[in-house]
Amino acid sequence: MRIWAKLEDRNPTGSVKDRAALNMIRQAEADGLLAPGCTLLEPTSGNTGISLAMVAKQRGYRLICVMPENTSIERTQLLTMWGATIITSPAAGGSNEAVRVAKGLAAENPDWVMLYQYGNQANAQAHYDTTGPELLADLPSITHFVAGLGTTGTLMGVGRYFRDHKPDVQIVAAEPRYGEVVYGLRNLDEGFIPELYDASLLSSRFSVGPLDALRRTRELLEIEGIFAGISTGAILHATLGVAKKVQQAGMSADIAFIVCDGGWKYLSTGAYEGTLEEAETAIEGQLWA
Amino acid sequence: MAIEVRVPTILREFTGGEKEVTAEGITLQGVIDNLDANYPGIGGRLIDDSGLRRFVNVYLNDEDVRFLDGLNTAVADADAITILPAVAGG
Repeated sequence: MRIWAKLEDRNPTGSVKDRAALNMIRQAEADGLLAPGCTLLEPTSGNTGISLAMVAKQRGYRLICVMPENTSIERTQLLTMWGATIITSPAAGGSNEAVRVAKGLAAENPDWVMLYQYGNQANAQAHYDTTGPELLADLPSITHFVAGLGTTGTLMGVGRYFRDHKPDVQIVAAEPRYGEVVYGLRNLDEGFIPELYDASLLSSRFSVGPLDALRRTRELLEIEGIFAGISTGAILHATLGVAKKVQQAGMSADIAFIVCDGGWKYLSTGAYEGTLEEAETAIEGQLWA
Repeated sequence: MAIEVRVPTILREFTGGEKEVTAEGITLQGVIDNLDANYPGIGGRLIDDSGLRRFVNVYLNDEDVRFLDGLNTAVADADAITILPAVAGG
């Protein structure tokens, strides 16, 4: 049994979202939707905004990000550094609320372009075209792929790729479980499922809470010397759960998981200092993934 | 047979504000029926004619039941069920 980390923190702005951001912009340009000077709008908890901001800066677009207020300060700093304008949405409701606010702004400003990572096929396509093929080329014996479930782009793109090229690969989702404030909705029918999501592409889906995510993030740092963000800890937790089941079944496996980003933009959260319990308390109420 | 059920904020009006309750059952459907018997009305917020409601996610020991056996998923003593509304990530 072998576990492999795919180091997506090595992308240009430091996260896996660089793939989706570039492809969404390229596709929009190919579709004639963008011209220099135009304004992009995007709901994001940080990484996609940062990726888009870098590309927008290079290509002469303006970018407005709608981001929940309960995200780490580093995300705001990076977005501002890349020239993006930030509109904050309330902590209560998390990214659901950011999506709602962004959709409202898009309706009021029809000349703005919302690429919309949650429903834009170019997001998943980036992973079909690049992440999936890289995994297969580097690890032809791959049996399992584990990634975070957010926009679902990574899992859908890679999932579809393996369905087409190596269908026995298990596609496993790790879903961050947040504090209660994020789940506060007016009613259950106001929930949100990304338009990209196709459950048939997944083999299983795990909910991972902050304590487990933090514990694994620290283990990755201490045991492997990999300094990753907290969502990676969540993904690793699901990966180890899968590995345990495989081991108990007496089977062999090559399990690849995504390291989404480095821990740099989460240092201020307290995730990497004090005891695990102190760190858990510190990130309570935050959108840590 | 005691199953721990974690209830999201939005459904605690049914459980008298309790965020964790105990239920019985040998399948998820059985557990939901048992919850509804003790906390009338909660069942209807979880299930509709087509099964588990679209924006409701249920996890058995942190695994999404839609990838197990759905409402027929077998449940054992000391299992933990978590109910959460569907939210965006990313």
